[in-house]
Amino acid sequence: MFLSDRQFEIVQSSFLPLLKGALVFSLSLTAITFVIGLVLAVITALARLSNVPLLSGIARAYVSIIRGTPLLVQLFIIFFGLPSIGITLDPYPSAIIGFSLNVGAYASEIVRAAILSIPKGQWEAGYSIGMSYPQALRRIILPQAARVSVPPLANSFISLVKDTSLAAVILVPEMFRKAQQIAATTYEPLLVYVEAALIYWAICLVLSFIQDWLENRLDRYVAR
Amino acid sequence: MIKVNHLMKNFGDLQVLKDINLEIGKGQVVVIIGPSGSGKTTLLRCLNLLEVPTKGSVQIGDLNLDFSGPVSKKQMPQLRKRTGMVFQSYNLFPHMTAIQNVMEGPVTVKGEDKQKAYQKAKQLLTKVGLADKLDFYPFQLSGGQQQRVGIARAMAMDPDVLLFDEPTSALDPELVGEVLKVMKELAVEGMTMVVVTHEMNFAREVADEVIFMDQGVIVERNTPDELFTNPQHDRTRQFLNMLK
Repeated sequence: MFLSDRQFEIVQSSFLPLLKGALVFSLSLTAITFVIGLVLAVITALARLSNVPLLSGIARAYVSIIRGTPLLVQLFIIFFGLPSIGITLDPYPSAIIGFSLNVGAYASEIVRAAILSIPKGQWEAGYSIGMSYPQALRRIILPQAARVSVPPLANSFISLVKDTSLAAVILVPEMFRKAQQIAATTYEPLLVYVEAALIYWAICLVLSFIQDWLENRLDRYVAR
Repeated sequence: MIKVNHLMKNFGDLQVLKDINLEIGKGQVVVIIGPSGSGKTTLLRCLNLLEVPTKGSVQIGDLNLDFSGPVSKKQMPQLRKRTGMVFQSYNLFPHMTAIQNVMEGPVTVKGEDKQKAYQKAKQLLTKVGLADKLDFYPFQLSGGQQQRVGIARAMAMDPDVLLFDEPTSALDPELVGEVLKVMKELAVEGMTMVVVTHEMNFAREVADEVIFMDQGVIVERNTPDELFTNPQHDRTRQFLNMLK
């Protein structure tokens, strides 16, 4: 092995804390914000597609602001900025809010495109058997849009896993913050950061497999 | 059964339907023919409000909607429930099997019991000759089979009238017959039907009445025998000659 005994020991002793940071904070942050973000995304997409100018305007502004500003800046505003106007949030809730808003904006464009990709004839077929707009949306359009949006949403999800490392700067004790602390005390930044990188990679590999499985499952009604 | 009064439809500045008046009795089969752009499909789509008329009124059964004023959003599905629509490109729900397609309306819209809806859907699919395809997805079916599922789906809502928008135009020639056969059977059973089609033989054999439309107006309407052998208007004559 090309690791010294001491380095080997550092890897060994840091693995569990890093994994714990990943499972307890990085992945929970990803999962929670992705679910909230998806709900936001569907609402935003529907608002943008609605013919009520006020609704589509609000949705448009929301997406524009979130996409037009860096995630890091948004997290700083929520965590370091809001206390100036009396809103003080803990690191974890701050991260939940920041990431959810972010996912919501980006995913709304995916959802909107997916809804638009479903042929108009599908809406009409739904209406022709007496469905209301919500019924047609829920039963006919969204299930088909879900299939279309799985690859880009999986992409977002995997990006999000890695983006959660930004939560380190607002003091969330997720994996990367743990790695920084261990690197600082052991003076082995290369070793520890590579170790963290490998853990991120392993997580993303697993997620890619889940994506493949999900795509296959949803593709069962499509001719290939 | 159907009553259309002074119906008008504009797309922007384009007047697609100009003052259409029409009455169709229960059990009648009416075939609408005409050149492309004549407004025949638009008229059909106005009958179940896939196009909302600009002016005039549409009555189906005892429900009359007048589009000269605002029409409540709740009434539109009410009128749609009384009509069944069969589309040129089938528009089956691709994520559902044949039987799920047929059950969808009764279960989701009418709130029928699934067991009961299943039995009824099975009956309907058997009737259109697809008893062995219940659990097939649309992509596993031929065009003719898909269209027959489409007819069963429309029938499942027990509509007062079935609307057909060029139901055989997207089909390979050898598959047209199986769809027309099902339509004939429905006609014999007394279903009220409005059919937009280019199948003149179907019109001749099955229709009680043929309507010729051109440029947004009904040019003439008559029994198939009269209209095909003795058209009253030049435009009808020209159109029929072009088909020969």
